[in-house]
Amino acid sequence: MHTFGYRANALLTFAITALAFICAIASFSDKFSNQNPSAEIQILNINRFKKQSHGNDEVSLTLDISADLQSLFTWNTKQVFVFVAAEYETPKNFLNQVSLWDAIIPAKEDAKFRIQVSNKYRFIDQGQNLRGKEFNLTLHWHVMPKTGKMFADKIVMPGYSLPDAYR
Amino acid sequence: MDWQGQKLAEQLMQILLLIAAVVAFVVGYATESFRTMMLIYAGGVVLTTLITIPNWPCFNRHPLKWLDPSEAEKYPKPEVVAVSSKKKSSKK
Repeated sequence: MHTFGYRANALLTFAITALAFICAIASFSDKFSNQNPSAEIQILNINRFKKQSHGNDEVSLTLDISADLQSLFTWNTKQVFVFVAAEYETPKNFLNQVSLWDAIIPAKEDAKFRIQVSNKYRFIDQGQNLRGKEFNLTLHWHVMPKTGKMFADKIVMPGYSLPDAYR
Repeated sequence: MDWQGQKLAEQLMQILLLIAAVVAFVVGYATESFRTMMLIYAGGVVLTTLITIPNWPCFNRHPLKWLDPSEAEKYPKPEVVAVSSKKKSSKK
């Protein structure tokens, strides 16, 4: 503690260490929030179902997505990244996951929503396996904190299927 | 600052920062606002800087007693002896 610089350095180091400590506790306090998100997806329409020129199947859908993710937001949440994926099995791959739509929810007020949208990303198979295929639609979310660990979870909704013939 | 003052300043710094951190967390958690926590903590850091870094008079209450010049003359500095193979110590 001999000069200004010495004291300033000691203060700064201690201040940053204490800051790291309270951020860690803030992140840990997220464990005590109880979360019950809910979601529902309906397929309104299958717009197109064809075989591409290279030989892969492609589907275009219109989805009705309604979700209530408000309980995921805590004081330490910066934003929630949510996406919808279609999951199905083919003889070649045990699990195929194709992301159809995603969004960023920046605040708690926007976390309860219902939208009708066509798929943002193309639903293309590796092969021609989609005729009559049964698939699950899964709503995944990643909760991004202001400090600390990001955690992710999902809701699986089974029971959707594609028509047996191309349109 | 004198030695006692330095010790006091260091202790004060640590205690003030700890209190600022605890108060910031508690208020931030209660109001569910991360921004509040950060603002209170930043305010605490600035306050601690103002209190502990400059040379306030309260840190100088036990000043060092330097020797009078007359005292110092009674004990002159030892003179450098020419280097020899025998080690001789002739200090007063």
